[in-house]
Amino acid sequence: MVAENSLRDRFEHGLAAPICLTWELTYACNLACTHCLSSSGRRDPRELSTVEAKALIDEIAAMQIFYVNIGGGEPMIRRDFFELVEYAVNRRVGVKFSTNGTRIDARSARRLASLDYLDVQVSIDGADALTSDRIRGVGSYDAARRAMDHLAQAHFGPFKISVVMTRHSVEQLDEFEALASSYGAQLRLTRLRPSGRGVEVWQELHPTREQNRRLYRWLLERPNVLTGDSFFHLSALGSPLEGLNLCGAGRVVCLIDPVGDVYACPFVIHDEFLAGNVREAGFGSVWRTSELFRSLREPGNPGACASCGSFDACRGGCMAAKFFTGLEMSDPDPECVFGHGERALELRVTIRPISSSDHSTRVPVALALR
Amino acid sequence: MSTRSSLATTSTFDASSHWELSSAVSLRDEEFGALAYHHGNRRLVFLKSRDLVNLVRQLSEYDSAQKALDALIDAREHERYLVALSSLASSELLRGG
Ligand code: SF4
Ligand code: SF4
Repeated sequence: MVAENSLRDRFEHGLAAPICLTWELTYACNLACTHCLSSSGRRDPRELSTVEAKALIDEIAAMQIFYVNIGGGEPMIRRDFFELVEYAVNRRVGVKFSTNGTRIDARSARRLASLDYLDVQVSIDGADALTSDRIRGVGSYDAARRAMDHLAQAHFGPFKISVVMTRHSVEQLDEFEALASSYGAQLRLTRLRPSGRGVEVWQELHPTREQNRRLYRWLLERPNVLTGDSFFHLSALGSPLEGLNLCGAGRVVCLIDPVGDVYACPFVIHDEFLAGNVREAGFGSVWRTSELFRSLREPGNPGACASCGSFDACRGGCMAAKFFTGLEMSDPDPECVFGHGERALELRVTIRPISSSDHSTRVPVALALR
Repeated sequence: MSTRSSLATTSTFDASSHWELSSAVSLRDEEFGALAYHHGNRRLVFLKSRDLVNLVRQLSEYDSAQKALDALIDAREHERYLVALSSLASSELLRGG
């Protein structure tokens, strides 16, 4: 009816409510992945109570937000995890939740399988224990595989296997595809951003330009592989990848963290991108009236990308990736497919900002195997 | 989520029968029209005109999709709207019968 581009422009001005709302239930986690986007580990004593969490779900339902992406930390660590998930789906708010799988045993798998409107994403970071455990910790891969076995035995249906693309995991695309199909699962690949603890490892772990080119071609041939729209910076290579192909931060994307702070996107947990808190005026008012969100909905300045023939495809890339590598918003994405970001990074001497909120455990955690 | 909605052919869509919004679908009004979400197949669809949103909302009150079109939409636009309805039907957002 209306050309897709003008629809995309509409999205850039924001919507009545987000499409892609992530809600991190807790900062507590029993793993300590080196690239954790939320620097999780320890529970924050200010986390929303069960009553507050339910009030938030009521508001989400009233705003007609169709589903929430629940994450953490490890959301299943919260004692009221099932209570909250059931509360949401009973109000017709779908739940897609990400887990490291360590808390999914036969019983919880059956309980998950019994719920409608629920999607589960189990995270791994390699197609074998050696590759995955380097990032997620010893024993984590086997635990995730046991979780997948339990989900399959409980006839959960097509759950998702979620993988962050690193220099190592990107070499195993076909193995991930085979693993997913062996479970009848759906594969989901997302971009490594220098957010949270990711800032420490991004430099050595982000895919090379050549790997990104191969990833792009691989994804182009597989529109059914989910990506959460995270590789749109690669669309500058040719035909656009599946998705909206824009940075949705504050326009269609949004994060509510465990203490109720609202950020423009899950990858920008930093004071600079903090829009407000749900405890004060409620989520809807933050979404509609925050100064930050309003400014993000203004047309952006294409800056250094203005003369690029691919600007319409890539729009200068990911705000979080720029911010946490010390680039300006008007700079190209650090992984610009034409190498302009690498050049900008070489010339930049600014100190990289680090996340304002860090809940990392002070000592490495040993995964208790059950 | 897919923005490249398929332009399904109108051949599978029977405008002479009764259609309605599936009970698994939620509609949310937006400035450009509405967003529709199918809770079962998890499809998110953009309805990019207010008239289409009205049509879809009121479809169930008419004996047939054609009668709804006649009542609500300018005749010159019927063909375009039939294409839209048929693609909504093929993504199971509309239920026939
Ligand atoms: S120069 Fe900017 S717009 Fe062009 S491909 Fe690189 S990041 Fe994207
Ligand atoms: S900042 Fe990056 S991760 Fe966040 S919405 Fe924009 S493109 Fe996506």
